Amino acid sequence: MKFSLKIWRQKNAQDKGSFVNYEVFGISEEMSFLEMLDVLNEDLTLKGEDPVAFAHDCREGICGTCGLFINGRAHGPLRETTTCQLFMRHFKDGEALTIEPWRAKAFPVIKDLVVDRSAFDRILQAGGFVSVNVGSAPEANSILIPKKDADHAFDAATCIGCGACVATCKNASAVLFVSAKVSHLALMPQGKPERQVRVLNMVKAMDNEGFGNCTNTGACEIECPKGITLASIARLRREYCKAKLKP
Amino acid sequence: MELNSHIPEGKLEEKWSSHKAGLKLVNPANKRKFEIIVIGTGLAGASAAASLGELGYQVKSFCFQDSPRRAHSIAAQGGINAAKNYRNDGDSVYRLFYDTIKGGDFRAREANVYRLAELSVAIIDQAVAQGVPFAREYSGLLDNRSFGGTQVSRTFYARGQTGQQLLLGAISSMCRQITLGNVQVFPFHEMLDIVLIDGRAKGIVARNLITGEIKSYAAHAVILASGGYGNIFYLSTNAKGSNATAIWRAYKKGAFFANPCFTQIHPTCIPVSSHNQSKLTLMSEGLRNDGRVWIPKNKNDNRSPEQIPETDRDYFLENRYPAFGNLVPRDVASRAIKQVCDEGRGVRGKMAVYLDLSDAINRLGKEVISERYGNLFEMYERITGESPYRTPMRIYPAIHYCMGGLWVDYNLMTTIPGLFALGECNFSDHGANRLGASALMQGLADGYFIIPYTISNYLAELGTEKKNVYHPNFREAENKVKEQVRKFLSTKGNRTVDDFHKELGKVLWDGVGMSRSEQSLKDAIDKIKGLREEFLKNVKVNGIDESLNQSLEKAGRVSDFLELAELLAMDALARDESCGCHFRIEHQTEEHEPKRNDEKFSHVAVWEYQGSDNPPKMHKEVLKFERIHLAARSYK
Ligand SMILES: Cc1cc2nc3c(=O)[nH]c(=O)nc-3n(C[C@H](O)[C@H](O)[C@H](O)COP(=O)(O)OP(=O)(O)OC[C@H]3O[C@@H](n4cnc5c(N)ncnc54)[C@H](O)[C@@H]3O)c2cc1C
Ligand code: SF4
Ligand code: FES
Repeated sequence: MKFSLKIWRQKNAQDKGSFVNYEVFGISEEMSFLEMLDVLNEDLTLKGEDPVAFAHDCREGICGTCGLFINGRAHGPLRETTTCQLFMRHFKDGEALTIEPWRAKAFPVIKDLVVDRSAFDRILQAGGFVSVNVGSAPEANSILIPKKDADHAFDAATCIGCGACVATCKNASAVLFVSAKVSHLALMPQGKPERQVRVLNMVKAMDNEGFGNCTNTGACEIECPKGITLASIARLRREYCKAKLKP
Repeated sequence: MELNSHIPEGKLEEKWSSHKAGLKLVNPANKRKFEIIVIGTGLAGASAAASLGELGYQVKSFCFQDSPRRAHSIAAQGGINAAKNYRNDGDSVYRLFYDTIKGGDFRAREANVYRLAELSVAIIDQAVAQGVPFAREYSGLLDNRSFGGTQVSRTFYARGQTGQQLLLGAISSMCRQITLGNVQVFPFHEMLDIVLIDGRAKGIVARNLITGEIKSYAAHAVILASGGYGNIFYLSTNAKGSNATAIWRAYKKGAFFANPCFTQIHPTCIPVSSHNQSKLTLMSEGLRNDGRVWIPKNKNDNRSPEQIPETDRDYFLENRYPAFGNLVPRDVASRAIKQVCDEGRGVRGKMAVYLDLSDAINRLGKEVISERYGNLFEMYERITGESPYRTPMRIYPAIHYCMGGLWVDYNLMTTIPGLFALGECNFSDHGANRLGASALMQGLADGYFIIPYTISNYLAELGTEKKNVYHPNFREAENKVKEQVRKFLSTKGNRTVDDFHKELGKVLWDGVGMSRSEQSLKDAIDKIKGLREEFLKNVKVNGIDESLNQSLEKAGRVSDFLELAELLAMDALARDESCGCHFRIEHQTEEHEPKRNDEKFSHVAVWEYQGSDNPPKMHKEVLKFERIHLAARSYK
């Protein structure tokens, strides 16, 4: 297979950046999308050019490091699939592929396709935890959790922090990400005592980072590789209102 | 230097509690005056940073990923062991201890393993309290599954994402300490050297991966929790960034390296499919709870698997190991799979066997199976284009984990005073083969429950002297690192870093992989030496130092792999016996099981660096078994 690539190149945060066109040949269907970029980079290196920087680590869809905007879609064309889990059989031979970084004010570009998502970390630091010190935990089975609640909490907890929700949102809102963590902990008895401070602190941190407001477009739900849904956002709103109303 | 493992006297069951009672403490008001550097934010590093922060120490936490949450532990799938005996199926601390020692083919320390089994129960309590959403039964109680090498159900899990959930739990505790000002994080930073002052670890030199700045950080103690070196084989189940740089550079500064040849091969991974393959994907051992491994009886049977009737299938693990069946330990399963494939009995591309869940799907229904393994099935389908609900998975063994690592004493301190090693990067608990679901357990035991005690003993003795980042040893280390960076960028050769790495991987897989012989090891050593020389002269790294430069990062890691590879092969050559993962074809039983030589090799092989021009020196830590009777390992 061969592909025509149009890739965003940007030297650093200060550089203006622009698209550059490349051709890749000899790609097989079994190769992953990132392996296709590896082939390009090997080629560029041998030609003496700077290879394209792109973020990745596990290549298994779980670490949340990868994240490319492919033909106008965060993580490319497949539902509930991270960039690293795209395989070339999911594309057509000869297809033109436009590859861009996540674009959002709160995620400045570091180089080429790599962006700085540390804003997410700061939001978690603001309240995404249960205050329990090592040594003070009760016996595990003394906390009973109905299976349904545990399953729902798990579904929310699977967020990988990739930022696709922000990248795809026209407002660059981080609400889906925040709602996933708030839901995970609000659904479990362990998280209940701090649920109010948690939601207030996390939402405040989100606003401070320069993410936009949520206007319910629902785009985030469509692109989230882990299937986090708008129900989670609804829960965040309820948690937030309850916390605000509480004297 | 004499090795002293500092294993406490007394009865096995009492060693840890009596040892703890004797350890010195740091007074609470003084804790704030101590700074501790932690390299790594996986389960071991994050749990250590969180618990040390909670105690009031000032912690600096480093990782090379863009966020601490992305450490490789996030990818662990199947589960974590704990001797809770919630099933009433005969489990106990002693049994977990025994299974682990036996699983490791009697090449681990009794005292360490017993402590690990003891601490396992508290880990589950801690994780649940943090809000880790483990799988539950309808009663609301925690659920369990079984893993290889055991006959009890003691594995706690969160679908196929146990590592993710445990890591996010540990990271959340660390986040709280960040907010409280006790932990400071340095993502996108790679440690490139460790700095010793008067023989003690007093800090590190790290490169900021975004700006290229090379800078020193001083501290009272340094903890390495940098993960395993399985990527030395290029193709492995590890994340692409996993590397040996932190431990290798510590080794070159005087930390001894133990059992480098103990590298684990996991039986159930998706087979290699393209020559540009960049990594291999694990299909969790949890699948062997419900999955059955088979090949057609007739090697020329070309029917599709669904059409092959029971009578024409060879369930070779069940037949060969009736007592443990599909749940034999990893090394045993991997070798059996390799053997049938080498005999030309593998399926389709020949280098694969079936892992079939259809019996379980028929018995339990698709829904139950999807709840247990849904994410793994989806991953398999995305990668191969085939659905395991309809047709059996094809699997083949791949490099997965390193039992070897930096040598540590019972306090998890390396041979450099003040330098500790936690998690996969130390050698401590798994002997010659790790049992499934035990790495997460070990990483968290090290970080939550062991290091907080043992480091206080070290710091109390050290006293709150001022740290000194202006010491000339820091400048010297910085200059060395800068010089290396300059060298990579100026070599301007003809081969890429990945190209060298791939070749190294092939040399190791062929010569130091699933089976090893004197000849294959000697050949490998020669090839590694040649490749290393070529790398120095012919590597091509473009771009500049003062910005993100992924090729430059890789060059440093691969250059360390090229050095470690030789030690790995030397260790395998010196260990002239078979044990666990280390299969020397010269030493096997008639049934092709590994044959240990306890008289000569019941020791940890501990290597000391002697400078680049001299071969390393081997020390032996003799393993004393006071409780367990050494026996041939049998899973029949
Ligand atoms: C696919 C897969 C599935 C697994 N499933 C299971 C399972 O189900 N159960 C189980 O028990 N085990 C499992 N394991 C094994 C287990 O995940 C690992 O052994 C364990 O997570 C290692 O944790 P760690 O904290 O030691 O290191 P890691 O999680 O590897 O973390 C290493 C950290 O060190 C940092 N680091 C490394 N070098 C440097 C440097 N030079 N400078 C700065 N930072 C550095 C990294 O950034 C990272 O933060 C699995 C492993 C794999 C590959
Ligand atoms: S909510 Fe979904 S899209 Fe957003 S960060 Fe989490 S996993 Fe990524
Ligand atoms: S590289 Fe880890 S999720 Fe894609």
